[in-house]
Amino acid sequence: MSEYMKKTDLYGKIWIWSAVVVILFVPVAVCLYYNAWPQGTAVLKGLLGVAPIYWTVGVIEVITYTPMLGTGGTYLAFVTGNLTSLKAPSALNAMENAEVKPGTEEGEVVSTIAIATSSIVTTLVLALGVCGLALIAPVLDSPALAPAFDNILPALFGGLAVVYVSKNWKIALAPLIFMVILFLAVPSLAGSVGVLVPVGVLIALGAARIMYKKGWL
Amino acid sequence: MKEFHINSTFLYILAVGVIVFVLAQSLFFLLRAYKRGKEIGMDTSKLKKTIVSTAVFTIAPAVSILLGIVTLSKFLGIPLPWIRMSVIGAITYELPAATSTANALGISLAEAITDPQTYSAIAWVMTLGIMPSIILPPILMKKIQGGMLKMKSKDDKWGDLFLTAMFLGMISAFLGMVFADVRSGLAGFIPIFVLLFSALLMAVCGLLIKKCNMKWLETYALAISMLGAMIFAAVITPLIK
Repeated sequence: MSEYMKKTDLYGKIWIWSAVVVILFVPVAVCLYYNAWPQGTAVLKGLLGVAPIYWTVGVIEVITYTPMLGTGGTYLAFVTGNLTSLKAPSALNAMENAEVKPGTEEGEVVSTIAIATSSIVTTLVLALGVCGLALIAPVLDSPALAPAFDNILPALFGGLAVVYVSKNWKIALAPLIFMVILFLAVPSLAGSVGVLVPVGVLIALGAARIMYKKGWL
Repeated sequence: MKEFHINSTFLYILAVGVIVFVLAQSLFFLLRAYKRGKEIGMDTSKLKKTIVSTAVFTIAPAVSILLGIVTLSKFLGIPLPWIRMSVIGAITYELPAATSTANALGISLAEAITDPQTYSAIAWVMTLGIMPSIILPPILMKKIQGGMLKMKSKDDKWGDLFLTAMFLGMISAFLGMVFADVRSGLAGFIPIFVLLFSALLMAVCGLLIKKCNMKWLETYALAISMLGAMIFAAVITPLIK
């Protein structure tokens, strides 16, 4: 491992643990300032409603995205969030365009630049938006624009799929067929797509391994 | 006790503090990676292109995240949703987290919250619910990256295929998801049409890049296909429904 990568890991750890402190400080500060500590049972009950699924998705995301995004990219992306809908696609698109591979130092550099840029732009858009929220909220919230935002994931993944599926259609075939059949059979699963990501990943890996061993790839 | 308001100056100060932290971390990694890219002899125009391309592509998803703030601000005010959306948050998580807590407390989220205890309970649930995503990377990083290095040194080609397969597996889950509503009639096909339209736009961009040598288009192809498909969704939905 190069000196740069070692230092990236160290700096990444310092930043991410600081982020943990900053994030936890927010509710603590609210409680202290307003002297409003919530009932433990309310927090526990609220957590019970969301934690089982979101903690699972959290674990899955870390295992799935870390190899793709690289060290610096991962440390940054997991603080700034919106991984599937924004950070992972932008990093992968950037590596594809720059013709570098994930897992190499060039890939690490490009992925980190993409995730950092994406985080900065998102933060700025949100800051500007919040300042002018009274003006833009009615526009953003208008029924005419609702379908555009409701369909942001298909709009994103359609374009990405062309690039990746066309290049590696043999690997894509098995997980794609499986997922289409699964969602046709059990439509209610759409709400827990995060949990299905590792299922797709395992099928893709299995199919790729078999085809690789047979010399089809 | 200080008087509580969901849009108080104190909460705004907290929000600005968190936002400055996120910006500082992003800038730190951006500058470091850029410098390293130059050091290892990467073309700076390539690095700059990455920045421009990503910045353009990010705007539409960022606006949709802003929409999340608009939704949540109706009962949580602006500062807390702003914080949550800037750090790890996503509307798909924050709304259920707020709803789940409100249900536990037996209150409705139809109007702005006035009780600081309710507010702090929601803030805690939102915060604790996302903790694994932020605590696990530093704990698991060495294991995951070490495993990848080992795999790559053993068989480089399989190492590359492994990452490609992982990404295709992830894409498949989202591609499959658009088929979830087809049973509800033609309106259920809208996500599929949007997906196909986005794919078509990307294919056209690809052709223009290759056949007409429009290399500059590469930077904007993903943003164009995504925005184009979103506009397409806004046009066809009222026609179909």
